[in-house]
Amino acid sequence: MKRSTRIRLWVIAGLVGGLEVLCRTEVIGRFTMIPPSEMILGLVRIVRQGDMNADIVATLGNVAVALVSAIVVGFLVGALLFVLPRVRRVIDPLLATYYAIPIFVFYPLLIVLLGLNRFPQIAIGFMLAVVAMIVNTLNGFDRVPQSLLKTARVYRMGRVRTTFLVILPCAMLYIFTGLKLAVAYSFIGVIAAEFILSGEGLGYEISFAYNNFENATMYPLIVLVIGLSALINMVLYAWEKKYLQRQTER
Amino acid sequence: MVTRSLLRPLLDAIVLVAVVTLAWQGLYEYAGDVALTPPLETVSLALDLLGSARFWPHVRETGLAVAQGLAIAVLGGLSIGLTLGIHRLSGEVAEPILVALYSIPKITLYPVILLIFGIGMPAKVAFGAIHGIIPIIIFSMNAMRNIHPVYLKTARVMRLGPLPLATRVLLPAALPEVFTGLRVGFALTLVGTLMGEMFGSQRGIGFMLMRAMGSHDMATIMSVTLLLVLFATLVSVALLVVDRRLHRFG
Repeated sequence: MKRSTRIRLWVIAGLVGGLEVLCRTEVIGRFTMIPPSEMILGLVRIVRQGDMNADIVATLGNVAVALVSAIVVGFLVGALLFVLPRVRRVIDPLLATYYAIPIFVFYPLLIVLLGLNRFPQIAIGFMLAVVAMIVNTLNGFDRVPQSLLKTARVYRMGRVRTTFLVILPCAMLYIFTGLKLAVAYSFIGVIAAEFILSGEGLGYEISFAYNNFENATMYPLIVLVIGLSALINMVLYAWEKKYLQRQTER
Repeated sequence: MVTRSLLRPLLDAIVLVAVVTLAWQGLYEYAGDVALTPPLETVSLALDLLGSARFWPHVRETGLAVAQGLAIAVLGGLSIGLTLGIHRLSGEVAEPILVALYSIPKITLYPVILLIFGIGMPAKVAFGAIHGIIPIIIFSMNAMRNIHPVYLKTARVMRLGPLPLATRVLLPAALPEVFTGLRVGFALTLVGTLMGEMFGSQRGIGFMLMRAMGSHDMATIMSVTLLLVLFATLVSVALLVVDRRLHRFG
């Protein structure tokens, strides 16, 4: 194991342990936070009893729909803007300032437009994720070196072959960055929308437990959401590393 | 062609605004009065709102919260980020943790913050700050790391002391990236504060939106949303102009 990884594990263990001690000694009161060990035990209990299974499935389903549509639409729009530079120039300020706009302010509007069901939540996740995908797709295409395109021309490759054998593999790393952000953003969007106003899902259950002062349910659910997103994040991080390694080995 | 190069972005902006307005009007024709107000009416509603006495106390409240959250995010983010950038091992230890923190839905932490701070200003400020601080840390850490080694070697050759090294070499070299971090940090602090106001507050723009949502007051939702989007876009365009200029000279 690398030295930094080892130190990191110790740091995390120290933080969690410190929190445990503070909670056990009542420096942090029980109404504020329950000890981390109880959060884990509570999570095991919740998963075993299966009370929240419907919510977990609902949230993950919404995230999946939002994510897949954001990736597909984002990639296609990015590719389209790349071949239409005139349109791209017009839309560029919107792309550059998009993430400064609090997308959540559109949630009330979306509820009125789409109804109080799962679609406004999916829409928020989609809206948050899609632009990261567009921007990074464009970025990837922009960075394909001219020399590679010239080489493709020397080999008399057609448009389709150039796209699939040269441009896409070359842009892949940037597109992957977009994908990683899209995963995080769609998760954030869906959970936040559930939190603001909805009838099911993990975000809803957390806010419900909070409103009823049920810390014994709320904290395990928070751990679950944070754990899930950290896990997905770590998997993608490891994938990217592997991909990078293969690229440099070639 | 000075005039032409100045006119072009202006023309692009006009086209963009026109397209957005048309799409908005189209959506109105499709969805009707229940869902949204048409563009022209919204503009006049927004102007009314700007002239009304009930609006400004909320603006003040939100402004104060954003300013305090931003101050914490900037001071904390810069000092942590620059330190992690200089000390390579701690940077390596911290980076995956920071990236994971960036990608978790921080809204799930909102109940925790409310339990710690109670409802009111401190909770909003804390929520804004935890959104803004992480990108500032990540960007300033990378800014320090990516300083060209030649600069440092040259400084050593010239026998610069630590203070001139910091003010003459490190800061100017890191500034463009650090500024990008501040730009992203500002946007996220605003988003975080607004989200905080949507749940745990009795005042502020976010609270106004949440209340309007509860009473299905489309006029308020639409005009407040319009003003917010305009404000966020204007500030972020201004920051983006500075950002691009810094990067060009850097």
